[in-house]
Order: sequence, then structure tokens, then C-alpha cells
Amino acid sequence: MAYKHFEAIEKHAGLLGILIAIFVSIGGLAEITPLFMEAHAVKAPAGVEPYDPLRLIGRDVYVREGCYLCHSQMIRALRFETERYGHFSTAEESVYDRPFQWGSKRTGPDLARVGGKYSDQWQRLHLMNPRQVVAQSNMPGYPWLASRKLDATDIQARMRTLRRLGDPYSDTDIAGAPAAVAGKTEMDALIAYLQGLGIRNEPSPPTLPPDKTRQGGAP
Amino acid sequence: MPNTEYYNDKVVRQFLLASSVWGIVGMTIGLYAAAELMWPGLNLDIPWMTFSRIRPDHTFGVIFAFGGSALMGTCYYVVQRTGHARLALGRLAGFTFWGWQLICILAMVTMPLGLTQSKEYAEPEWFIDILIAVVWVSFGVVFFASLTRRRIKHIYVANWYYGAFIIAVGLLHIVNNLALPVSLWKSYPIYSGVVDAMVQWWYGHNAVAFFLTAGFLGMMYYFVPRQAQQPLWSYRFSIVNFWALISVYMWAGSHHLMYTALPDWVQSVGMAFSLILLMPSWGSAANGLLTFNGSWHRLKNDPAAKFMVMALVFYAAATFEGSMMAIKTVNSLSHYTDWTIAHVHSGSLGWVAMITIGSLYAMAPRALGRPAMHSQRGMELHFWLHMAGILLYVGAMWTAGVTEGLMWRATQPDGALTYGFLDSLIAIKPMYLIRWMGGVLILSGMWVMAWNLWHTAADARARLIKPIAVPIPEPLPHQVPAPLPAAG
Repeated sequence: MAYKHFEAIEKHAGLLGILIAIFVSIGGLAEITPLFMEAHAVKAPAGVEPYDPLRLIGRDVYVREGCYLCHSQMIRALRFETERYGHFSTAEESVYDRPFQWGSKRTGPDLARVGGKYSDQWQRLHLMNPRQVVAQSNMPGYPWLASRKLDATDIQARMRTLRRLGDPYSDTDIAGAPAAVAGKTEMDALIAYLQGLGIRNEPSPPTLPPDKTRQGGAP
Repeated sequence: MPNTEYYNDKVVRQFLLASSVWGIVGMTIGLYAAAELMWPGLNLDIPWMTFSRIRPDHTFGVIFAFGGSALMGTCYYVVQRTGHARLALGRLAGFTFWGWQLICILAMVTMPLGLTQSKEYAEPEWFIDILIAVVWVSFGVVFFASLTRRRIKHIYVANWYYGAFIIAVGLLHIVNNLALPVSLWKSYPIYSGVVDAMVQWWYGHNAVAFFLTAGFLGMMYYFVPRQAQQPLWSYRFSIVNFWALISVYMWAGSHHLMYTALPDWVQSVGMAFSLILLMPSWGSAANGLLTFNGSWHRLKNDPAAKFMVMALVFYAAATFEGSMMAIKTVNSLSHYTDWTIAHVHSGSLGWVAMITIGSLYAMAPRALGRPAMHSQRGMELHFWLHMAGILLYVGAMWTAGVTEGLMWRATQPDGALTYGFLDSLIAIKPMYLIRWMGGVLILSGMWVMAWNLWHTAADARARLIKPIAVPIPEPLPHQVPAPLPAAG
């Protein structure tokens, strides 16, 4: 391309702007559009339900406190990762995650499959002051979570919004939310969320017995 | 011919002031956050002082408040000087200043209170996002309207970069922040899981590309030739680099998601384009550095030029490192570790902050009606504090990152892991202390700059500044190929 062709672009602000817009759009379109199409094919594994009300609010507490800044929830398909954290994470596991919580930094360990690794009491002590149970930890304490009660109407509003975005909450699920969170604190909710992480949906055997009671399997 | 048109430097001065204040605020928060990683009790069990709540404040504060104010201020300065015309739409330009400051304050207050979308570098909630979109579009309108008023037919290269920065950041911001609100304080993104991850890192990576690279390259293409006092080394080279950079960058976002649940082909495409990206990156860095050919002696007694040259060296180093980290094998070691933190700070403190500081030192005396900055030795001191701080910071985080990466993957002959996670944390704690000390030096340098600017602005405070007249050029039949950056 001779310089004179380029000169036209450089002398017309509108043309320059339009060409910039085209050039910057190609890469994103090429990579994101196929994912949208594939996303329709990604279905939750059998037995995985959207988060039950308590875990949903626990997840929102996790988001609010910024846990993702130090803890990933994405076990990479690498031998030393699966050895430490369990089966590598799969796309189906995060279909109900809005926003995704894969994280980008591990100042603390990965939490994708932390569910059931520690007792509820350990989690509670750890969240109150991590150095009570791990002397060398540099994680901050989150004691305020223990004194904050949950607001049932807010939780119902959140479930309705998620339903509008396509998550399969039924009217019964939403109506049952106040009972599910009655008397619970944000601490209880966060622990319920953590204890559900990765335990119902690990893709490898042993397979868990089918659960008809619908306690809500966390993805 | 009587000249009645003057440059609009008021909005430039406002952004200059805002930028230096936000720089200190953002870096102070960063310093506190770094201290909390070393001494976790420092959050005093107060929610809004906790590391995980203030870390987005640090990143937003330095990227969007400090960097954003510097970019918008220099953009308004450059588009006037290179076009030989006053800024268009003065009131709207004033609105972009106050609007942007309002956004910064709202974001910096709401994020520590826990109002966050948890998307890195896009944390503010939906109502702030709408405000950002409005101010951003206004910024674009002022910029392109000013371009159409230009008296120099040829649009100078710095403006292409500012234009790409405005268009791309607007696009990225809107697409990534599409969300359905629950209430004023909470929203859920329309994307979930894998798609959300890809959209977020397409945004996150290109916020680096267009906010922290293209925008600051615009700054570089104006202020480097200005400070070297000679034309750009190669104009034609800048054309090639510009189009290559803006089109290739957009493909590379998936290198943030190597070995994850993202489809493998997207990871490989991201890696390939990240390697290609090295060429236009080094091309731009080389073009800037070679512009100093024949005037390297200026570095002896011009601290602004010294900041710019080191900025270009760090730009070349950080883009090389970035391309290497996008290689899957390297990424398997570096990802999730403090190496990422080292990389982003060699880019942000080395490239972004140093080109900004150099440009501020070059622009401030002109915008503030003085022949030079108040203190030459102050600038020298700032340079060496900043350099020493970066080297401590980045050196410590590289060491920490590689240590973590190696310890996490170490296995015994029977396949069992050698170290627990906690072992790696204990191993790197001394590095967290050194990093914090580096931060102290960098922040001290920023205070030296603030002191220097305060004294340089004495005339401005006394309202003694004479507005600078626009040098209206005689009509030329043809200009080949590039006009020199205008003096003034």
C-alpha cells in the first residue's frame, strides 16, 4: 500500500475512527462469538442445581468481601494441581456462576473443591481470625460476618433477577427462601457456600448417590 | 493578522492537579494493602480497611483515577497543539473533568463498602458504569470534535492512539459491564461461567492494551519528540506499528486463562497472538528510543527526558515478559503467583507511571505559565526514588513468584507433592517486606513531585497565567508527510 492511500486515512478523522473501530472489533468477535454458541451446549451435570438461597447469599458475600482476589476457583489441568486440589475444573461446573469466580492470583490456596475438607467449626474459627487455626496465615479476619443477619426479601429479589437471566429457580424455590435463611448470619451463609464448593459435581468417580431431596447442589 | 484564539489549558491544569492527587491516593492505598499482606492484623477487623476490599481501590485509583486523569489531560493538551486549534466544546470538556472526578470518588468510596461486581478492573457497580459510559462518550465527542476543528490537515500520530484508546475502551467497558440490577447496590452479569470469564479477560487484557498502552503511547508520541527536540525517528514505522498493535492486542486476552476450562483452541489462539504482539510493541518502543538519537546528551540534565527513556525501556521489557508469560509452559509456572504482580508493576510503575511523570514534567511548566519546573533537583530526586523503588518492588515479586511456582510444582519421586501451600507463603514473606519498602520509595517520590508542582503552580494560584495564543498557520498547499509537534 503506497503512502498516498494511507494519507487519506490520516487526513479524515471520521475514516480513521471507523477503521479503528473495525480493527479493534475483529479479535473479540472471533474469540467470543463461538463461546456464546458453545455456551448453549454447556449444560449443568446431572444433580447440579442452581445455588439454594443460603449458598447463593453466601456466594454473594464471597463476592462482596473480595475473596476472589486471593483465592482462585479454577484447578488447572496440570498434574501438580490435581494432586493438590482434586479433579481439574470443568466448564459445566460454573454454569450458574454470575459472575465467574475463577480468580487470577493465589495468595491463599485454590477453593474450587474446598467443600467438606474442613469442618464447619474450623471454617468459623478461621474466618473469625485465621491465625487461631493457621498460625502463619496472612489472611485477614472477617469477624463482622458473624453478627450480620440475612434479609429474606433481598434474597428473593436476587433469585428473581437470576431467574430472569435464565437460572431455573421455581416459584417454590423463591417462596421457600425466607424459611431457608431464617435466623442465619452471613457467616453461616458463607460457610454453607464454601462447604458446597466442588463436592456434588466432581466429574470423576466415586459417583454420589442420587439426591432426590433437592437440598441444592452447588455447582 | 490579529490572533484571538487561545488554547484551553484550564481543563488541562485541572486534570494535571487531579492526576497528581489521585496518584498519591492510589499509591498510598497500594502501600497499605501491601503492608496488610505482611501484617494481616492491619485491617483492625474493620470491613472497609480489609485487603480484599481495598485492593480494587488501589487498582482503580492508579489506573483510572491517576492514569485516566493524566490521559484525558494530556489528550486535551496534545489535540490542541497538534491541530493548532482550541479545544472544541469547552463546556462539555469541563463536564468530562467533573464527571470523571465524580466517578472516581463514587467508585473509590463504594468499593471498600463492598459494592462490587468482582470483575477485575471493572469492579464498580452498574450505576457507576452508566456514568462512566456517559462521561466516556462525552470525552470522545470533545476529542473528535476538536480533531475536526484542526488547522493542520494531517492528523498527528499521537492522536491516532488517543482515538483508538477512546473507541476501544468505550467498547470494552460497555460489553463487559452488561448486567441486570437487583437493586441500586447489586447486579448480576448477563454472562455466566466460561463466557463471563472470556468476556472479562477480553476486557481485562485490553484495558491494559488500550488504557495502559495505546493511551500512553499517544502521550509518548507527542512528548518524546518534544523533549528530544527532534522529529519522530520513523513516521512510516509508526503507521505499521499502530495498525498492528490495535488489531493484534484484541486477540490476546485468553492468555489470562491458560489450562483453565476455557476451550483449548481459544487458549492457543491467545498464545499465538501474544507472541506476534511482541513485534508492534517493540516497534513502538524502538521508535521512541531512536527518536533520541543525536540528542542523548539531553538526558544529562533533563529529568523529564530521563523518565521517558526509562519508561520506553520498561515498556520494551514488560511487553517481552508479557509475551513470554503467554507461552503455555511459562504460564503454567507463572500463573496465580506473584510473578503476575511483578509483571504488571514493571509495566505500570515502569512504563505507565514513568511516561506520565515525564510528560507531566514536560507539560506542567507550559500549562502553568512558567519557563521550567520549580526544582530541577526535585525532579532528579524523584527519578532516583522511583527507579530504586521499582527495582526493589519488581525484584522482590519476581523472586516471590518464581519461588511459589517452583514450590507448587515440586514433587517427590513417587509423585507426591513436596510442599504444602503454607510452605510457599512462609518462603516468600521476606519478599513481601522488600516489596513494601519499594512502595515506600515510590510514594515518597510522588510527594516530591507534588511539592514541585505546588511551587511551579504559584502563578496559577495567583491567577497570573497568560493564556497561550494558538499559532494559526499560513495556509499550505501540501504538507508532506508529518508536521512537527508544535511548540508552545
